[in-house]
Amino acid sequence: MSDEITPELFAHLVELAALELTPAESEYLRKELNGQLKAIAELERIPVPADVPPAAHGVTFTPDIRPALRADETRPSTEAEKILQQAPETDEGYFVVPEIPHTDLG
Amino acid sequence: MELCDLPAHELVRQLTSGQTTAVAILESIFRRIDAVEGRAPSTGEPLTRTGESPTRPDDNEQTLHAYISIQRERALERAQAIDAQLARGEDPGPLAGVPLSVKDIFCVAGTPTTAASKMLENFVAPYTATPVVRLEKAGAVLVGKANLDEYAYGSSNESTAFKPMPRNPWDLARVPGGSSGGSAVSVASGEATVSIGTDTAGSIRQPAAFCGVVGTKPTYGRVSRYGLIAFGSSLDCPGPLTRDVRDAALMLNAMCGADVNDSTAANLPVPDFTANLNEGVRGLRLGLSPDYFRLRSPDPQTGELRDTEITPEIKQAVLDAAQKLAQAGAEIVEDVEMPNTPLAIPAYFVISRVEAASNLHRFDGVKYGHRTRAQVSDLREMYRKSRAEAFGLQPKLRILMGMYVSGAQYAKQYYQRALRVRTLIRRDFENAFDKNGKHRCDVLLTPTTPTTAFEIGAVYGDSVLMQYADLLTVPANHAGTPGLSLPCGLDSHGLPIGLQLLANDWDEATMLRTAAAYEQITTNEEWRKMRPRVLAA
Repeated sequence: MSDEITPELFAHLVELAALELTPAESEYLRKELNGQLKAIAELERIPVPADVPPAAHGVTFTPDIRPALRADETRPSTEAEKILQQAPETDEGYFVVPEIPHTDLG
Repeated sequence: MELCDLPAHELVRQLTSGQTTAVAILESIFRRIDAVEGRAPSTGEPLTRTGESPTRPDDNEQTLHAYISIQRERALERAQAIDAQLARGEDPGPLAGVPLSVKDIFCVAGTPTTAASKMLENFVAPYTATPVVRLEKAGAVLVGKANLDEYAYGSSNESTAFKPMPRNPWDLARVPGGSSGGSAVSVASGEATVSIGTDTAGSIRQPAAFCGVVGTKPTYGRVSRYGLIAFGSSLDCPGPLTRDVRDAALMLNAMCGADVNDSTAANLPVPDFTANLNEGVRGLRLGLSPDYFRLRSPDPQTGELRDTEITPEIKQAVLDAAQKLAQAGAEIVEDVEMPNTPLAIPAYFVISRVEAASNLHRFDGVKYGHRTRAQVSDLREMYRKSRAEAFGLQPKLRILMGMYVSGAQYAKQYYQRALRVRTLIRRDFENAFDKNGKHRCDVLLTPTTPTTAFEIGAVYGDSVLMQYADLLTVPANHAGTPGLSLPCGLDSHGLPIGLQLLANDWDEATMLRTAAAYEQITTNEEWRKMRPRVLAA
């Protein structure tokens, strides 16, 4: 029985995930993912009637317990300096990054 | 008994009656840390790339490594400030002077906040998480940031990038559990009096069970997640790890409540969770479910999923607890069916990975965290290299699975189906607790874990087997309902067994009351006199 996640599909997932992996890592991770899919296949073992809705979370948040939205008023950001201090490279309040890849549309 | 081994409520009593000082309490904790903690961990050892066992600590080391960082000066200043407040006749709060460890998944301003990952190795948080703000306001003294599985991904603390990993104080060759491993270790060993951790599939309850302490997962939405580095935003619950149930109630009083910064924190008043602790269990209906004793889990050798009975010692411990509670006046309700329990781990594999992948997108080397030093030709290459270099195995696994099961071609089969199965799991709880239903339970009694603490290296590398350690705790995360684990004995190896209590939405009070009754009934049991091996030395 062939693996559901083939090496080609795995490579595509790696690109979507913005990662890069060594061949050894790739083989190990691909094997683990396919093993996990066998556990996930348990979801197919029971019928789930069509009228069962999806649950984004467990507890019901009724309007009375859901926090109200706050007033739409500007508040100054007081932590900007501390946040910028964490950045690898900044310039006058901007985060500096390498060039975005260019694609020729021609 | 040393101050560092006393529960928080006793420390507060001694402090406010003038028998001791906050500084003396803290110094007792520091002496214990000096005796058992060992060297500070580092990320210097290579990342485990292909799932081989993480580096074993030296077998001769009798040290625990519960913490990633310790803030001694900051703690001393706070303790001195509390003593000064008391001297002026002011009230320093209900947790005055209580030493607190904080799982290093919470931002605390001015402290390294690493999520146990190389990605955030040098990140110093610019703000403090709401639950920690509240605990400090109540007088708690932050001692340090506790070690954890990387980004809270794991059930053993083996995936941390900061090694040596924390070790189980009852048997140093065994895992403390995870992901809040360091939190559980610090409370069990007297290196902190209380801890705040997080529970996404059982990450408070399972390490509490493995280390013999009380671990509480509140209802989802009870505690603000502001300042918590997110894993599964619909599953994560901050909560306390403590020495006893009263301390858990005190911690909940301080940390629960609405927060303008978290729109998923419920706008509900916080009851006084200590108010009903001594009411006993007379008249309460405590449910036992066969679906928590009959497990559907992988064979450790072949990996094939099969039905099996839970370890007999663990089952017996839970039934003994039920019998004791029945003798105290509770009504035991048997055969409470929770038929969707076997689907909880499979659904979790899907839902948690989608949420984790989404929550990890922000770690890209742009604004904070690790940026690659390699030469890169463009921004996308910077993303790839930064993330590849700084994420360990577990984040990579979760991101990749998250991408797969949420992809357009697969979402209906996987993600959407898992969310619908989540509704079925939730309904199991609604049916069990329904006041007009068949069983009308107030609380469910179950084992916390399928086994007691396993050996370091025994499971790591098999990601399916590892995830199934959370088989009995994860259903409550899907349902959002509260759960608690407390010690109920030791197994034949001398390892702690955890009894799990599960309750209805927002009904932590009944869960705590049942747990407190069990504590009182078992006060004089022989196993309560046993101490972790590292302290007996």
